[in-house]
Amino acid sequence: MTATATERRSRSRGRLRGRPQLYRSYAQELALFNTRPKQVWVGVIVLMSFLLPFLVSDSLLQTLALGFAFAIGALGLNIVTGLAGQVSLGHAFFLGVGAYTAAAISGDPDGRTIGFGITNILVWLPAAGLVAAVAGVLVAPLATRLRGLYLAIVTLGLVFIGEFVFGEWSDLTGGNGVGREAAVPDLFGYDFSRDSESLTADQNLYLLMLVLMLVFALGARNLARSRVGRAFSAVRDRDMAAEMMGINLPRTKTVAFGISSFYAGCAGALIYSIIGFFEPSSFSLLLSVQFIAMVLIGGAGTVSGTIMGALFISLLPTLTRELPSYLPVISAQVTETPNIYQLESILYGLLIVGFLLFEPRGLFGIWVRIRNYWKGWPFSY
Amino acid sequence: MTELLEAVLRGLGTGSIYAMLALAFVIVYKSTGVINFAQPAMMLAGATIATYAGPAIGVVLFASLSFFLSVGIAALLTALIALVIERAAIRPMVGRPAFVVAIITIGIDIAVRVVAGGFIGLGARPVPNPWGLDGVDLAGVRVQQRHLVSMAVLTVVVLALLHFYRRTRYGLAMRAAAFDQEAALTQGVNVGNVFAVSWAMAGALAAVAGSLLAISAGVDRRIWVVALIALPAIILGGLDSLEGAVIGGLAVGVVQALVGSYQREVAPWLGDNFSVVAPYVLMLLVLLAKPYGIFGTPEVRRV
Repeated sequence: MTATATERRSRSRGRLRGRPQLYRSYAQELALFNTRPKQVWVGVIVLMSFLLPFLVSDSLLQTLALGFAFAIGALGLNIVTGLAGQVSLGHAFFLGVGAYTAAAISGDPDGRTIGFGITNILVWLPAAGLVAAVAGVLVAPLATRLRGLYLAIVTLGLVFIGEFVFGEWSDLTGGNGVGREAAVPDLFGYDFSRDSESLTADQNLYLLMLVLMLVFALGARNLARSRVGRAFSAVRDRDMAAEMMGINLPRTKTVAFGISSFYAGCAGALIYSIIGFFEPSSFSLLLSVQFIAMVLIGGAGTVSGTIMGALFISLLPTLTRELPSYLPVISAQVTETPNIYQLESILYGLLIVGFLLFEPRGLFGIWVRIRNYWKGWPFSY
Repeated sequence: MTELLEAVLRGLGTGSIYAMLALAFVIVYKSTGVINFAQPAMMLAGATIATYAGPAIGVVLFASLSFFLSVGIAALLTALIALVIERAAIRPMVGRPAFVVAIITIGIDIAVRVVAGGFIGLGARPVPNPWGLDGVDLAGVRVQQRHLVSMAVLTVVVLALLHFYRRTRYGLAMRAAAFDQEAALTQGVNVGNVFAVSWAMAGALAAVAGSLLAISAGVDRRIWVVALIALPAIILGGLDSLEGAVIGGLAVGVVQALVGSYQREVAPWLGDNFSVVAPYVLMLLVLLAKPYGIFGTPEVRRV
């Protein structure tokens, strides 16, 4: 706990009022919230999200809880793709590994599928993350040898192999078309998926996911401003230059894949513990693409953007489901041809294309533009 | 022995389709440096157009000619779709990282596939053709006619491509643009047109492959997955090698057929449908040994 002389001096140098862009020490630039408004607004938003379950309907809360769980997975993809620049289409595979680990640990020992009956979330959540992380580290040797699009193709193959293994291993997964029950979110006897005395099940799950997402988001933000996170960015920006600066490329990429898979595993376990039931075909290429869409639409490389993207994509089905009442051409039935599910898929596709073409920095970039406009208002610059 | 030969021929037949899809991937990769993940959608769209064009033109002279006519129409229209996509979504991205463009093609793939799926409907749509699942005896070895047709079409396609790249002005321009875009620009090559032509060629090839694939069971929404099996093929062959694409495609087809025939006896513990993922497993094994494929050019990196 002994601060060096430089550190003490940098801390004593305060910020200048009205000059948010002026950093007078490295510590200021690397701070968790490097400006005062950021600090205040994040606090306000977090406080409001904790009040939200008492203001809105339970169905919306469930969607939001799912959105938070998806955000954890998206934060994981953001670490490997947004920070470390390694394209991964295999995120769905790691999600599956985590979901099945958690389901197996918490499952009914006498049930149809493998189960150990330990329902405590403090056991199955870290276990799901760790097993997925091990899977990620095992895949990493390929990642360290390959660059760019070759890596994308290999991780795509991983999704297909994973889907096949999950489908065949019916003792664990229940098999295609059958599925199994997911992990039970239980903390020392308090079951979040049931109504308790003061809170409904959806309020419970919403609060649990909110807290977990904040923890994971804080983890991701702190990782980005640590030595490892800076190494990731260096590898992303120019891997050879990073190597020249003494960054161990294979180790950095392995760590990136490991951490990203840890996030994915936890997210997989949580997403299906909200839904309650899942089958092997859930972990298809489409799930990977959804995560890519979240990261890209939100803004690659940023924590707040990724969370925005995840919530946006999770709320999209809620929005499209409203459409048939406004546009009678679009049907709510799967069997008829322009239906809302098709529209939803098309929207994923077009949103990815649109954002990459017109706003590569994603929702975060739109926010930056708005902020910059009002900063200089009424002048244009 | 007969069983083995039959499996190999079956593999070469489906392998020819993979080879065409792989060629489509390589053509786009060579000229634009991007893996076109929209290929499955192009294939699905092409096959769907063939299912509509076939009944529309009816029987012209004889059944096989009308099949090829409907394939030709599908190839042309799919090439047009590819041109529109290239102009609208890919051209504005010139100079941006290949990864970003590849993700854009994923987005296009999803959108186009849903539209094509809407035209297909829930069941399978047949492409009118004279072969179906009929077989023919070649010196005691039974082969399905559709496999022979696929091999014949692949041969024609490869010869045409060789002629195009070696003997025509445009082929030369495309090779130049693939080699060095800026140098090609200074020599008066219109690189934008090169991009467009490569996308159109890839779209047409995907349509042909999709229609051939649909001979046996028709077109349904799930056949797009087949186009992705061409990815292991191009990885085996190397992303930038046309010969590699053909050899890789045929190899993947044969491996899949052999696994399909023998795996249940040799290694039943691998499960029932292992032949579906066998190409991907093969790809992982090859990449562990040779990171740039068997025929690919190792990337030379400068600081």
